[in-house]
Formats: sequence, structure tokens, C-alpha cells
Amino acid sequence: MVTGTRAAVGIASRGSIGRDRRRALFWSYFFLAVFVIFFLTPPVYMLITSLKTSAEISAATSPWWVFSPTLANYVELLTSSTYLTFFRNSALVALLVVAITMLISIPAAFALSRMRFWGSATLATGVFLTYLIPDTLLFIPLFKIFAFVREATGIELLDRWWLLVIVYPTLTIPFCTWIMIGYFSSIPKELDEAALIDGAGYFQLLTRIFLPVALPGVIAATIFAFTVSWAQFLYPMAFTTSADQLVLPVGIVTTLIKGDVFNWGQIMTGALLGALPPLVIYAFLMDYYIAGLTAGATKG
Amino acid sequence: MARVTLRKVVKRYDETLAVRGIDLDILDKEFVVLVGPSGCGKSTTLRMIAGLEDITDGEIIIDGETVNDVPPKDRDIAMVFQNYALYPHMTVYENMSFGLRLRRAPKEEIRTRVQDAAAILGIGELLERKPKQLSGGQRQRVAMGRAIVRDPKVFLFDEPLSNLDAKLRVQMRTEIKRVHQKVRTTTIYVTHDQIEAMTLADRVVVMNGGVIEQVGTPDELYHAPATRFVAEFIGSPAMNLVPCHLVETSSGLGLHLDDNLVLPVPADRIRRYQPYAGKSLLFGLRPEYMVERRVHTGPHQFDFEVLLEVIEPMGMDTFVHFLVNGMDVCARVNASAGARAGQRFTLCADLDHLHLIEHDSGKVL
Ligand SMILES: Nc1ncnc2c1ncn2[C@@H]1O[C@H](COP(=O)(O)OP(=O)(O)OP(=O)(O)O)[C@@H](O)[C@H]1O
Ligand SMILES: [Mg+2]
Repeated sequence: MVTGTRAAVGIASRGSIGRDRRRALFWSYFFLAVFVIFFLTPPVYMLITSLKTSAEISAATSPWWVFSPTLANYVELLTSSTYLTFFRNSALVALLVVAITMLISIPAAFALSRMRFWGSATLATGVFLTYLIPDTLLFIPLFKIFAFVREATGIELLDRWWLLVIVYPTLTIPFCTWIMIGYFSSIPKELDEAALIDGAGYFQLLTRIFLPVALPGVIAATIFAFTVSWAQFLYPMAFTTSADQLVLPVGIVTTLIKGDVFNWGQIMTGALLGALPPLVIYAFLMDYYIAGLTAGATKG
Repeated sequence: MARVTLRKVVKRYDETLAVRGIDLDILDKEFVVLVGPSGCGKSTTLRMIAGLEDITDGEIIIDGETVNDVPPKDRDIAMVFQNYALYPHMTVYENMSFGLRLRRAPKEEIRTRVQDAAAILGIGELLERKPKQLSGGQRQRVAMGRAIVRDPKVFLFDEPLSNLDAKLRVQMRTEIKRVHQKVRTTTIYVTHDQIEAMTLADRVVVMNGGVIEQVGTPDELYHAPATRFVAEFIGSPAMNLVPCHLVETSSGLGLHLDDNLVLPVPADRIRRYQPYAGKSLLFGLRPEYMVERRVHTGPHQFDFEVLLEVIEPMGMDTFVHFLVNGMDVCARVNASAGARAGQRFTLCADLDHLHLIEHDSGKVL
């Protein structure tokens, strides 16, 4: 009786549900298409320009077509030792920053999400608030501090690529700690308690239970830290000047723009190549970014 | 295996007193169930025994050692959680062996112990699976297996069956009892389900509002509740409670329920109740001690006629409801007794099983 009624209702309403669904799908795809076009236009433009010679770029031909494609820009950059130095500096900075960030953020997030101690809630909010202070506000005071350190101790911090390894974590640690606090808090507390009762200490709990389960959250934080260090422009622009100390974003701008001469082909090539590592990392880590890794931990 | 003793244990969370000083002595190999309504402090008590919560005041002794400041990992206990808390990234085998691996037990020993536990629980086939590939009942078994493998001094269970459907719950209940009869580890089990408590326990601890109402065997709680709370909480359907006056009659004492119904107090109880004569009390009698009229088998059976309001056939028996002094009262009659709603019916009450409860203190007299 009951099932019969339900089936009848189902048949009666299927038509309209199907129509609503189709309309929703249409608009989803419509807006997706708009966004794809909007966001992919610049990279496509860059790719096209990077395949042109300087002569063709300045000629009045269509900017959306290459008439005589060439890899000259790529060859030139990849054999230029300055560009490779930028690349190396960027990679070193990003990797070291990710390492330092994780080393500090993971235990911090673990403690703030799991151990109730006096002021832990305030501290967690405080961590996030520090992230809200923009770097545009900080770079001049920071510059002053570094100059002061040089005067006081004789240690030269300015114009050294590794200075960035010290500065970037001030951006990455608060945010990474924050997102990991959120993720860690979603892991059922009974999981730790079971491990504690099973005989784990806090360190074993962290390394053998918590991190494997929280991996998606840690990976999200890693991606963020890497992207921030790779793309940061203001600090390296302010703190480094010598060609051998520059990172990629600043290096491209300062060496490929000479006065008012813009070497567009190489700028586009350099930027495209520079965008490659984050892309590779996303593609690689997304495979591991399996949400629902916690499924099955509890009742499910 | 060990004895667990709680002495004046108190737990305070900022404002609320979750546990207000409880004393409890749990014997070696005993299966004790803490039961009570939601929020009465059962889980808190269990978690203090596990070492997951600090003790505000009092003392907890496991196997002769005061463990107030001993961390969970050194208390040699195992706990099964309501949501199982299996490690999702480990296989069943790894889940069950985790505690032993942390203690660096020899590989061979781990293998035999896991296999023994798996055999007891019938999960030998599942050892290579991950928790998310298991059904609720299977996860429940794995969680128990993880506890058994460790061979701890005490098992702690916190509502381990409440996530299972009704049928599986009954099945796992039997399973838990079977496992306890096999491994004989001291067990403390928390539930809010009084049937689970009655069926599993050697002794039941009834808690309410952070204190212990009564400790006793299921039989004691059922037949000799100490307080009104226990009398109402244990048993299904619940004990009938009707306000009454204890009056003096020509033959001794009588319970005046309403103008048409005065029950004689059994002779052997008159001494006990005499001091309360003239007082207003609560009369309690379980439904199964009110049956259809039959040949009297004891001296204190009493026939009276009622107007049946509602009939609930249960198969073998039928619950019949009627009003006494405006209160709903339930009796349990044989299905073939011919009870019908809206008709008058003669019931026979066995007054040997009556309880009298003082209104203010809630004490059973
Ligand atoms: N972490 C906490 N902070 C503050 N109060 C708490 C905390 N944990 C429990 N309480 C309070 O302590 C009391 C007892 O809680 P407890 O969890 O022991 O109840 P319970 O008997 O297990 O109930 P349930 O059957 O619902 O699980 C409740 O009033 C609860 O609100
Ligand atoms: Mg509870």
C-alpha cells in the first residue's frame, strides 16, 4: 500500500524533476564554460606569444595565431644560466619553506586542535589573525629590521635568497596551521583516545595514527605553502637585488625588461615555464588528496 | 584480570558536577554494567577509569594500584568506543595488533594472539580488510578484537551496541556475553538500555544525576529496587506506580488506591509498614503480578474488577491498560483470557510483590 503510493508519486513527478535537473545542468555547464574561457585566455595567449619571434610579436598580425612557430625563446631561456639560477633559487626557497612550515604547523595544529590548555582557543584565533596582516604593510618595517640587524651584528640578510626562507614562513605558518586545525578537529577524538589506550605516546599518536589519517589536510596545507612561496613577488622584489640571488617572478621582470624594452617572447616563455612546477605538484598531489580517507574510522 | 575500586570519585566540568562522589567495588572477572538516563555521568565515570579524564576528587584503584595520575597507556586497560574508533588507514590485522606492536611484542606472539582473538570473534576472514570495507557489526567485532588481543586487566565498553540495528544489537549482546565467559576479563560496560544491562551484567550499577542509585544483581534490582528511580527505570513495561493512602483496617493495614479499591497489606509486611500508617505513599506493582483471575496459588492474591481501556496483544501475553484514580495502570494477562477493550474484567494481583515508596525521599520502604 505504502510502496504503491510512493511509486505513483515518483512517476507523477519524474517529468518535472527531470526538466529541473536538465535546466540546472545547462546553466552549470554554461557558467563553467564562461569561467574556463575567462581563466584560460591568458595562458593560451602566453603560449601563443612564447612561440613567436620578436619580429612577429611586433608585426601587426593576429595576436591569436602563430605564422612561423619557433622554440627559440625556450631554447634561449633554458640555456641561460641566469634563468636557471632563478629557477634553482625559487625551487630551493619553496621546498625549504614547505619543510619549515610543516615542521612547525603540524605540531602547532595538533596541539591547538587536540590539547585543551589555558588560552588554546584564543591562541588558535590569534594565529589566524596574524595571517590577515598584509605583506604590503610589513615589507618596509621588515626591511628596516634587516638593515638594523646588519648594523647591530654585521650579519648581512638583505640581498640573500635564503632570507626568503626565513620570511615566507611568517605568511605560510599561520594559514597552514589554521587550515590544519580545521581538518584535525574533524577527526574523531576517539581515534586518539583509542591509540592512547593502546599504548601510544603523543609522538607515536601523531606519526602513526594522526598524520596518516589527516594526510588530505596536510597535503592541502603543503600545496598552499608551496604556491605562496613560489609566487610571492613583493618580498623578493624588496629584499633581493643581485641577479644570482633573485627568484623566478622577480628575475623574469628585472632581467627581461631592459628600460622600456620588453622582451615579450621570453617574458611569456619564462612565466609559462615558471607556472609549470605548481601545476605538476597539483596534479601529483591531487591524486593523494582523497577526501573521505577517514571513512570507516567510525560508524560510517 | 583485576579488581577495580572507586572511592568518592568526583568529576567537575567548570560549572557542572558530572559525577558527585561515587563508591564502587568491582570484583575480579566480574561483568558490571553502568546504566542510567542520558547525561547521568556513565561515560564520564568510564573515561575516568580509562584515564581519559582527570579525576576532580577521590581515588581510582586498579589491581591494588592507585591510578589517579597514571596515563591511560600504563593502566593496562582496553576500551571499545561507541563509534568503534578503528584506525581507518590500517587493516583489521594492523588495527588489532597495534597495541602489541607498540609494546614491541615478538612477531610470532602477535600473530597467534590476533588469530586467537579473530577466531573467538569469527573475523578470521577479514584480517586483510580496511575498516571501510566492513559492515557495522563487523567493525564492532574488530573493535572488540582489538581489546581482546591486548589481554588487559580490564575491558571498558561505552555503549558499544548503540550504532547497530535492533536485531544485530541483540546478536552482538549475546556475542559479548559469550566472549566474556571465554576470556573472563573484568568488564565495565556502559549503556542507557536497561534490557542490555539486565541481560549482560553480573551486577548492575544504576546511576542518576551523577550518583549511584543502587548496585545489585539484575534480580535484586528487579525484585527489590531501593528507590523510586530504580523501580521505574528497570523493567519493561515499567512498574505501575499509583498514589495511595496507607490506612488502618479491621484486619490490619490497607492500601487505599481509590474509593472502590482498597488492597489489603500482606500480613508479613504489616510490621514493616506500620510506622507509615495514615501517610500518603506510592504503591508499586509490576504488570506481570496482575493477571487474569485464576485459582489462587498464594495467600496474598487479591481479585478486583476494572474497566479495560486499551488492549495490547504481544503474542503469548496481552498487556491491558486501565485507570486507577486517574492513573494509567498496566497488567499482563494471558492472550486466551478474553480481555477486550471497554469491558469489565477481573484481575488478580499478587500482593507479595508490591512496593511502597515514600513520596519525598523516593525510598522504597
Ligand atoms: N567535556 C565536557 N564539558 C562539560 N560538561 C561535560 C563534558 N562531558 C560531559 N559533560 C557533562 O557531564 C554530564 C555527564 O555526561 P556523560 O557523558 O558522562 O553522560 P552519559 O551518562 O554518558 O550520557 P549519555 O547516555 O548521553 O552518553 C552531562 O551533564 C554532560 O553535559
Ligand atoms: Mg555516554
